[in-house]
Amino acid sequence: MISIKDLHASVDGTEILKGIDLEVKPGEVHAVMGPNGSGKSTLANVLAGRDEYKVTGGSVSYNDKDLLEMAPEDRAREGLFLAFQYPVEIPGVSNANFLKAAVNAIRQHNGEDALDAMDFLTMVKERLQLVEMDQKLLHRSVNEGFSGGEKKRNEIFQMAVLEPTLGILDETDSGLDIDALKIVANGVNKLRSPERSFIIVTHYQRLLDYIVPDFVHVLANGRIVKSGGKELALYLEKNGYDNLMNGNGKA
Amino acid sequence: MKNDKNKNREVCDSYIRDFQGFEAQLNGQSSTPFHKERVKAISTFAELGFPTTRQEKWKYTNIASLIKEKFELASKKQINARDLGPYLFRGLEENRLVFVNGFFSTELSTFSVPAGVVIKDLNAAHDSHSELIEKHLAKHLKIAEQPFAALNTAFAQNGAFIYVPRNVVVEKPLHILYISDPDGKPFHNHPRNLIILEQSSQMSLIESHHGAKDDVYFNNFVTEVVVERNASLDHIKIQDESKGAYHFSATQAKVARDARFKSTGVDLGGSISRNDINIEFTGENAEARLLGFYYATGTQLMDNHTFIDHAVPHCDSNELFKGFLDDKSHGVFNGAVLVRPDAQKTNAFQQNQAILISKDATIDAKPELEIFADDVLCSHGATIGEIQDEHLFYLRSRGIGEEMAKAMLHIAFANDIFERIKIEAVREKLENEIITRFGEKS
Ligand SMILES: Nc1ncnc2c1ncn2[C@@H]1O[C@H](COP(=O)(O)OP(=O)(O)OP(=O)(O)O)[C@@H](O)[C@H]1O
Ligand SMILES: [Mg+2]
Repeated sequence: MISIKDLHASVDGTEILKGIDLEVKPGEVHAVMGPNGSGKSTLANVLAGRDEYKVTGGSVSYNDKDLLEMAPEDRAREGLFLAFQYPVEIPGVSNANFLKAAVNAIRQHNGEDALDAMDFLTMVKERLQLVEMDQKLLHRSVNEGFSGGEKKRNEIFQMAVLEPTLGILDETDSGLDIDALKIVANGVNKLRSPERSFIIVTHYQRLLDYIVPDFVHVLANGRIVKSGGKELALYLEKNGYDNLMNGNGKA
Repeated sequence: MKNDKNKNREVCDSYIRDFQGFEAQLNGQSSTPFHKERVKAISTFAELGFPTTRQEKWKYTNIASLIKEKFELASKKQINARDLGPYLFRGLEENRLVFVNGFFSTELSTFSVPAGVVIKDLNAAHDSHSELIEKHLAKHLKIAEQPFAALNTAFAQNGAFIYVPRNVVVEKPLHILYISDPDGKPFHNHPRNLIILEQSSQMSLIESHHGAKDDVYFNNFVTEVVVERNASLDHIKIQDESKGAYHFSATQAKVARDARFKSTGVDLGGSISRNDINIEFTGENAEARLLGFYYATGTQLMDNHTFIDHAVPHCDSNELFKGFLDDKSHGVFNGAVLVRPDAQKTNAFQQNQAILISKDATIDAKPELEIFADDVLCSHGATIGEIQDEHLFYLRSRGIGEEMAKAMLHIAFANDIFERIKIEAVREKLENEIITRFGEKS
């Protein structure tokens, strides 16, 4: 699916990612945890193709293609999806128009016909139910005036509509109460399949009760300092990152 | 410098000579009281001359190219009803007043209005409604510092005359079309509109201006608006002149107690276009909303100057101008607000937002607030933006191509204005027009 090798990236001349190695196979769920400012969002944004983040070394191959060579829209069309930590509000662009443009761009890329208005609406309504969102939202501007929780659910809704093969969730659970968290987790679990993989960035073990990961990685200071199974998350929840960051993590 | 001055003088003289010719063919009309205004106006124009960038109000708007061009008085021209097709709005096709090269076209005009409402060309109104003409025509606009308005007054003959009596609500919007086709002979033309809404009356007007390709001509409009107590006028003006045209337009609105005036200007065409919108509040609790949208490409210059005179307390003015400037185009916005000492509890809001699509495009935006009352709420802002990278990235990250994503964000920016256009057919047509134009550019 995706193979990240010795990835280095910097922002405004400061190196943030200092050699990341990560291999995700089809069907796997990888959780990435780590202290604030360790580079988790940087990694997610580099993978999505945000150009403020300059890749200074390493490689990323995605379904045997050089991901770093691709424009952001092409990455999305090839099935990569990033649920943003801070989804932006876009006044004046309705959710419906936005999603329709996205769905049809991806369909076109896959050699499929554009969906007509009826088919689009039917599909979208069904996915809205998955995240328990109101249909009225379609006519509102993208994220405009949404609460934090609504924004996060909107990300999962978009993911459900676009059906990516690799979903990267950047703290989609942060700031959610338990009901919203369950909705988000349920949205992800419904999409889980042997062909689909997820990278889930989170600070909280609680999410991982609902989305059980195959692997857990700890990102600190721009490097993955420890990897393990789901029990690593439980360990971190109890003991924090301090031990790992003192250099013991490589064990 | 000296040469410029001589040139200006020389050109002014040619307009003055044209005036003598114009006067000679007026026949009976040269004995009306209004004709005295014409004669005064031409001498005012002769004194003022065309403005130069040394004058504050013309600092950013260089009209040298207009002065270089040779124009003659416009002549009549026939066009077919089906040529109007592309300019009409769904559902409003049969409610129109049509002017071609400034001349009223009886054949192309068709409308039905409630009893008592008068819609006709100004020329005809001189005879039929001489009292209203005497009371209002050239009585509201101050030409002393406005050479273009003076020139208009001198040559004013044709244009729309609209009168809505007390308590009459005109449900259906009226579409006034100004079509210019110079047939290779650049003309100067000075249409004059007079719009009078009596107490508690209401009306919507759409004025649209059309020309073709690179045709060169010089349209110089003046619109006097009188909105009497508790009346409401919604005025939309769409300027889509040819790419070679000069379009000048001065609107003078008097807004009385409890009355509302809404002006929406859309500028798409013209080589140089300049709108002056002056609002004078004459009674308390009056409201003026000025909306403007402009989209300039190539070397187009689009200038909006507004002046709101808060002469009395408790009035509300709200201005929102938004525009796109591409290529080497140039935008100018100047928003003057005067809050006189008595005008307590004034609300004045003003915002100009421009998006520079190209590095070579420029905007000069200037608020000019003079506030002499202390209990007022005034705010102004000007932003010069580009599309936000974050927004663009969000759309692209969902698979939407860069060009498409940019177009969506542009439309979104313009929507702020369009969604305030209450006549759906107009809003729809404008939205499509903008989408098409963006499509042509990218
Ligand atoms: N656009 C930016 N400009 C400048 N510095 C940035 C930018 N984005 C991130 N950084 C810096 O890079 C470092 C890593 O940030 P990043 O957002 O990747 O951390 P994170 O692990 O996602 O943290 P959090 O858990 O708080 O979300 C931080 O020191 C941050 O200040
Ligand atoms: Mg982060």
